[in-house]
Amino acid sequence: MDLRGIGEWFESRLQLGSLYRTTAGHPIPRNSASWWYVFGSATLVCFVLQIVTGICLALVYVPSADEAWTSLEFLNYQQSLGWFLRAVHFWGSNVMVALMTVHMIQVFLMGAHKYPRELTWVIGCVLFIATIGMAFTGQVMRFDQDAYWGLGIGVAIMARIPIVGTALVDLILAGPIIGAETLSRFFTLHVFVVPGLIIAFVTVHLRLVLKRGINEFPVRGKGVVPEEYDEEYAALIEKEGIPFFPDGVDKDIVFSAAVIVAILFCAAIFGPAGPNGEPDPTLIDTVPRPDFYFLSLFAVLALLPPQIETFVLVYVMPVAILLLFLIPFIAGKGAKHPADRPIAVLGVVLICTTISTLAWLGISSPWSPHMDAWSGEPTPVAYVEERSPLELQGAVLIQARQCRNCHALGGRGGQRGPALDDVATRLTADQLTRQILQGGGNMPAYGKHLSPDETTALVAFLRTMRPIGVPGAR
Amino acid sequence: MSEDPTAGRTPHGVEGPITRRSFLFKLGIGLNAAAAALFAIPVLGFVASALRGKAKQAWIPLARVADFPEGETRLATYRNPFVVPWDGKTADIPCWVRHIRGNKFQVFAINCAHLGCPVRWFKESGLFMCPCHGGVYYEDGQVAAGPPPRGLYEYEYKVKRDELWVRAGRIPTLAQSV
Ligand code: FES
Repeated sequence: MDLRGIGEWFESRLQLGSLYRTTAGHPIPRNSASWWYVFGSATLVCFVLQIVTGICLALVYVPSADEAWTSLEFLNYQQSLGWFLRAVHFWGSNVMVALMTVHMIQVFLMGAHKYPRELTWVIGCVLFIATIGMAFTGQVMRFDQDAYWGLGIGVAIMARIPIVGTALVDLILAGPIIGAETLSRFFTLHVFVVPGLIIAFVTVHLRLVLKRGINEFPVRGKGVVPEEYDEEYAALIEKEGIPFFPDGVDKDIVFSAAVIVAILFCAAIFGPAGPNGEPDPTLIDTVPRPDFYFLSLFAVLALLPPQIETFVLVYVMPVAILLLFLIPFIAGKGAKHPADRPIAVLGVVLICTTISTLAWLGISSPWSPHMDAWSGEPTPVAYVEERSPLELQGAVLIQARQCRNCHALGGRGGQRGPALDDVATRLTADQLTRQILQGGGNMPAYGKHLSPDETTALVAFLRTMRPIGVPGAR
Repeated sequence: MSEDPTAGRTPHGVEGPITRRSFLFKLGIGLNAAAAALFAIPVLGFVASALRGKAKQAWIPLARVADFPEGETRLATYRNPFVVPWDGKTADIPCWVRHIRGNKFQVFAINCAHLGCPVRWFKESGLFMCPCHGGVYYEDGQVAAGPPPRGLYEYEYKVKRDELWVRAGRIPTLAQSV
């Protein structure tokens, strides 16, 4: 039997030709093979990367509250290339979330969620949430102080849900408190349950792409009319369809390769994330911060007025997510090209700027006191020059009573309250005294912790805080 | 019956609503439904066991009263009363003990009433500060500033033979205190 004969023998049994024609070789519109359409496949490639690195990490990682942190340190410093695989897994997850978001935005801007691809969008939303779930459970896998307190924040949000809140907390933590079983539970979710769901839903997502076709590149002034669309699309494929593989796949594979190389580069250069301090709740000198996907939520929680916070968390956010699912049913036909949909474009721009501004605020967290400013940031020399002994006493008190934790001097210190460099131009001595003793406007009252003499000294010092030549407030 | 694709196509050529094959098919469905239920009940029970039984709180000795000077607030830690051997350090729970005078105490949970971050005590200014969203509390646990919707969570405590006891075992949330 010659080579050809062997090939035919296998083909007559496996029938790969017909499999190819209905899958990789399915026809797509020529103009869909665009650089705009490469993000979905790249997200999938990231997912594969995550599976491979995840399996490798699971060979060493110990999902036990007692040992997880040690096994992460072992991966970082002793297991050969452990640090690199941890880094690839971490950067891969970041890039996956980022690409998935770009994919979603692109799909929306190109109107690809409209008829007949509504279900593709809905499944995509499920995948989006599942991936965010992977990000959160993954953050818990890195079982360090941030993970421990991050879990605490998570359940504190859950507990605000009326009636079932407490039960949810117990269910999530596998008990009334964060402990061994909590980590096991999150391990199971991160390694078995959610990845399984993702594989299942990706399968449906891809089947829909194959059956309903890939979105044609939108044309200005042309909208979707459901009654005519199927015929038009069939005609388009008939006229200028090309097989996805090999003719339409070139840009996808170039981009995906670039993404993989970028991830490997980031991993090699920046290394893995953490783990930071041991997950020992008694080490309370910690400043918990979430991974970047949750920074904007973290910021929202600091900035919302307390009265509406629970309402927003429990009602507004789920409704917002529901709306995301419903987009193709709210706007499922009509114009596709972004230039014909100014409101849609504006919405995307608005949401993106809001989320990134919030995330940026989340990094700098201007609302948090700087816990070490009082002992770590010296008073600028210029502020103590030529001051009277009484005023100098005040300067000492500013440090000793932790005022600097919330108030900056010379640009250093907390930003929770206003900087004090020119406070004398804004407040009179009486106003200063009242503000210090009684607090108000989000400042605690210090009346009980300052003697009258101390208050006098403090106010005397603060009255000197104004630029040269500018008079004090009267 | 009509939805049974094998009805009327039995090898015996018996027409009618119930054939041996359609009966077996239905029996099979029924048996599988029963088996699925028998299987699902223990599985769900296993997963949801966190919700049932298990006392969530117990009285435990925290420290000797003499360890807390009157008028001061100090950090104390205890081992969570409900543990498994592989809990590791996660079962070591800190709390703030404020000794007011005599047998009067306030024992605060470490968790901020906003979203649970660990609050820190600053004795010079007499304030608890939270590192997450800038929640601040006075020495008696009342909110001084920031987003917390209520004061610090307080443990139930009692003094028994010069020892301070607290009721502990669960993470405090807005839905239920410690
Ligand atoms: S958790 Fe303390 S202020 Fe948010």
